[in-house]
Amino acid sequence: MSETEINRRAGSAQPARDAAGAGNAIEVRDLRRRFGRQQVLAGVTLDFPAGKITTIVGPSGSGKTVLLKHLNLLLRPDSGRIVIDGIEVTKLGATGLDAVREKFGMLFQAGALFDSMSIFDNVSFPLVEKTKLTRAEIAERVHETLKAVGLDGMEAKFPSEMSGGMQKRAALARALVRRPKILMLDEPTTGLDPSRTGAIHDLIRRTQENFHLTAVMVSHDVPAVFQVSDRVAFLHQGRTHLNGTVAEVMAADDDVFKRFLAGKASGEENETALAG
Amino acid sequence: MSIVEMVERLGALVLDGIVRLGAFMLFLLNAVFYVFVPPFKPRLWIRQTRIIGADSLFLIILIGGFTGMVLGLQGYNTLRRFGSDGALGTVVSLVLVRELGPVLAALMIAARAGSAMAAELGSMQSTEQIDALTVMAINPIQYLVSPRMLAGVISFPLLTSIFDVVGIYGGYMVGVGLMGAPSGAYFNGIAANMDSHDIMTGLYKALVFGVIVMWVCCYKGYHAERMATGVSRATTEAVVLSSVLILAFDYFLTSILL
Repeated sequence: MSETEINRRAGSAQPARDAAGAGNAIEVRDLRRRFGRQQVLAGVTLDFPAGKITTIVGPSGSGKTVLLKHLNLLLRPDSGRIVIDGIEVTKLGATGLDAVREKFGMLFQAGALFDSMSIFDNVSFPLVEKTKLTRAEIAERVHETLKAVGLDGMEAKFPSEMSGGMQKRAALARALVRRPKILMLDEPTTGLDPSRTGAIHDLIRRTQENFHLTAVMVSHDVPAVFQVSDRVAFLHQGRTHLNGTVAEVMAADDDVFKRFLAGKASGEENETALAG
Repeated sequence: MSIVEMVERLGALVLDGIVRLGAFMLFLLNAVFYVFVPPFKPRLWIRQTRIIGADSLFLIILIGGFTGMVLGLQGYNTLRRFGSDGALGTVVSLVLVRELGPVLAALMIAARAGSAMAAELGSMQSTEQIDALTVMAINPIQYLVSPRMLAGVISFPLLTSIFDVVGIYGGYMVGVGLMGAPSGAYFNGIAANMDSHDIMTGLYKALVFGVIVMWVCCYKGYHAERMATGVSRATTEAVVLSSVLILAFDYFLTSILL
């Protein structure tokens, strides 16, 4: 397999416009971030093609969650560039960042639903706070979105009254309710049993197709997550180690990736994982 | 450990302290700034005023009543030794209005509402709810902290006033009703010896304590560590630091306002 098929090194991301002509929703160039003495991102270069599901995988401590926190603008890099929907976000001020944030929805690992609010209030929250839609329009949009994630009729329930899988669905509805262009998902199946994991994966695929989204997903759930992914980026030691379509990455003759798939971490990775 | 390493560590500690103090101050400035920046959300600060103010009312009445009763009892027994039991009303009211009212009310609100606030924000932090607000392009300081700050500034002086009034009646109940101090002298003494400066001293203190408690409790909760003990540690630190700052600032404010 040639280097043009699978981009192995930082700086070798695919061109800004792929063969289908859809272009990239997000482009990351030589992203670096250090916490104290630990270099967590050591030059990540990666593209997220529009209209595709790209899944970021990697061992604990490889920097995948930190990368996602840069993409959803919760963290700022030490150096490097991030371009979201054509806007270079790394140098934007607070107002500019808020404008970019309105382009994406985010599903957090634990859902991050507001405990004190009903599901209706949780899902309608972004519309109430950030749009001028009427109450009737908001109610209609919320019902429509809850129906799309299979939670029709659950509006009055509170998060504490729902199972983990239902909470994930509700959180997904909240992420989708403003009809974003980009959906980011942080470990969407954490804490779910295998049957619910499959259901959430199906839902993510269906949602991505129905809403014509670009999805960026961080997951530890390999290889199951590859079934719903179009592309895979494998991070290792803060760098993009492999990047390509699922078939390309799975076919790659790469020892590090094979060890990762087999669930065998190196000594260094074990230490990182144990350190938290 | 070499001298260079020791100096390095000391320098790192000092720098860390300065950074933390700076973050603590910036948090307050941000919270105050966003009180005056639209969009204004009256329902948020009305809700917080209910939680901090109205929901603390019973506790304030209870503590105010018992504090006044103790003052009435102790005050009567002490003043009687000097044949001055007629001054009981003056003593109870001045002690309450200038000192004990604002301090005890603030300590009680810090223990009840402040700890709950730190725990709530800490829990929101640990479950990524604060990050969720940020990602939705909603300023979490403006949405979560500023309304609490405003509610604290409104609630503390009101609760302190109620504490004072209930305490004065508590002192009357015990000092006059039980111990037999002269009834007329109790309220006449208050009217003759307490002026607006005394009342305002207490209210200024309550106002400052309101800012301190909201500031500390929100800061500690907002910056709770994302681990199992993060919320409990944030709550404990919030109440302890609030209490220490209330007593420390009480001394300085008393020195200034005397």
